Amino acid sequence: MTFHITIDGRQVPVVPGQTIGAALHAAGVRSWRTTRFGGRPRGLFCGIGVCFDCLISVNGRAPERACLLEAAPGDEVTTS
Amino acid sequence: MTYDLVVIGGGPAGVAGALTAALAGLRVALIDSGARLGGQYFRHAAAHGTGHAAESGLARFLRLGERLGERADLLLRHQVWHISQNDGGDFTVHCNGPDGGPVAVRARRLLIATGAHDRPLPFPGWDLPGVLTAGGAQALLKGNGVVPGRRVVVGGTGPFLLPVATGLAEAGARVLGVYEANGGLGLARHPLLAMGKAGEAAGYAATLARHLVPYRTRRAVVAAHGEREVQAVTVARLDQDWNVLATRVVECDTVAVGYGFVPQIELGLQLGCGTRQDVDGSPVLSVDSAQRTTVPGVWAAGEPTGVGGWQLSELEGRIAGRSIAERPVAGVLTRRRDRGRAFGAALQRAYPVKAGWQGWLRADTLVCRCEEVPLARVREARDLGATDARSVKLLARPGMGWCQGRICGYAVSCLAGEPQQPSRRPIAQPVSLGALADTADGIPDDPATDPVDDPAH
Ligand SMILES: Cc1cc2nc3c(=O)[nH]c(=O)nc-3n(C[C@H](O)[C@H](O)[C@H](O)COP(=O)(O)OP(=O)(O)OC[C@H]3O[C@@H](n4cnc5c(N)ncnc54)[C@H](O)[C@@H]3O)c2cc1C
Ligand code: FES
Repeated sequence: MTFHITIDGRQVPVVPGQTIGAALHAAGVRSWRTTRFGGRPRGLFCGIGVCFDCLISVNGRAPERACLLEAAPGDEVTTS
Repeated sequence: MTYDLVVIGGGPAGVAGALTAALAGLRVALIDSGARLGGQYFRHAAAHGTGHAAESGLARFLRLGERLGERADLLLRHQVWHISQNDGGDFTVHCNGPDGGPVAVRARRLLIATGAHDRPLPFPGWDLPGVLTAGGAQALLKGNGVVPGRRVVVGGTGPFLLPVATGLAEAGARVLGVYEANGGLGLARHPLLAMGKAGEAAGYAATLARHLVPYRTRRAVVAAHGEREVQAVTVARLDQDWNVLATRVVECDTVAVGYGFVPQIELGLQLGCGTRQDVDGSPVLSVDSAQRTTVPGVWAAGEPTGVGGWQLSELEGRIAGRSIAERPVAGVLTRRRDRGRAFGAALQRAYPVKAGWQGWLRADTLVCRCEEVPLARVREARDLGATDARSVKLLARPGMGWCQGRICGYAVSCLAGEPQQPSRRPIAQPVSLGALADTADGIPDDPATDPVDDPAH
């Protein structure tokens, strides 16, 4: 039942219904961007769309919240 | 088309309110940013197993949701960021739709049921990946079926730590400890027992015992360590004001922390609804006994009116639904609600946040994660004469980033030495400049682009 998305070309399995953030976290990818000033790693924190730590670019679009966005087969995400 | 009622929030409060009003014959739409109804408590994975559905009331909630789906329009994956009141007195609810495009919905009456979010406290290393809010850990587990980590430390204050820790342990995580900053009495004297929730408390205690999870009071996670993610935490023994007495280091890969909840009241503030201060100091929307806010046509239910658990939220939703439909509200409902509120207030009193946490911070500890403002800059602002959160914000810019102070607002108020004030220019969600420009022009009421304007019912 699972499908895959890729992060920087690497495959990550997804159970249908999972968010991109949850799938990445489950695969051991715990950060996918760095902060503007300190270059500190960021991934999930609040998990419900409040903190904006988890911003990620999917299929080249402007950054969205990975904890809210349901993953779709073939989604390509890139770290920044 | 104008709905009789638009409900914002699809948790226990919003669903109960919407269904009650719809059953009374009103044309209702319910809007939620999530992909499924449920809110924070009845959050469930898309393909949840039957075992999960048996969990406290989920199956019943799903049935209510189905009934609601037959009688009202459900706008899921719609994020409301602004509500305006039109000249005729009705309201326009502005959302970002599933594809990010603007959607506007008109309503004669509104029910605000937007719930709450975790209240985190800053500590050194709290921005390391692997440090999650307690609710975030719960959302991974319940909503996604993902066990957040292998070796997990749970910390903070309040009864919510118990379902989080037991959920993690039952899902196979090794929970190294539950560190409750308040109290000195342990689970055997947990306030849930005193409040007639003995069964619930005993269930948690038994589960923690079965998984050999230690529950320790007057303890807190006061620092997280690691390079690119958390590898260990410092757990401190605290005095009753939360000053550190002694520390030890615990190796772990995940931390779940929460110090209570912050009600989400932005939409009510936009509409000019009056607020009051809850027992824990949080600004909440003032409502009368029928859940009416101070703005005619606007009701509120659930956590925006004060935090007290999902049963209270649902009761408030039902009362609001009756009142919105101009039906009498049974005394038994209001009495149960009043008991629920007393229970919520008692819990807030039993689990206060004590000032000693400020001593856990170092000069370089980030207070604001978005704008990366360390404690030193907040102190600098105070030294320059900023004596309230607003002036600190203007000088040092904490709370000016994407989250708009939702995460650091409480901490910044404490550090500025004042109770938390309701925000002055609240936007419920940051939006694109394009969407803002669209409202400035007034979003056209174009049925062709309005997915809710569906005559099929
Ligand atoms: C992350 C988290 C996890 C929790 N887990 C538990 C738990 O496991 N057990 C427990 O006993 N209690 C839990 N709680 C406490 C819980 O919030 C309450 O018990 C209960 O869910 C409150 O119900 P409600 O209807 O008032 O609000 P909620 O259930 O929070 O529902 C509010 C809904 O409004 C939606 N919403 C908010 N703002 C907008 C907007 N601008 N546009 C569109 N939609 C919006 C949200 O998506 C949400 O679905 C949790 C709280 C949080 C924050
Ligand atoms: S983790 Fe906080 S917004 Fe996604």
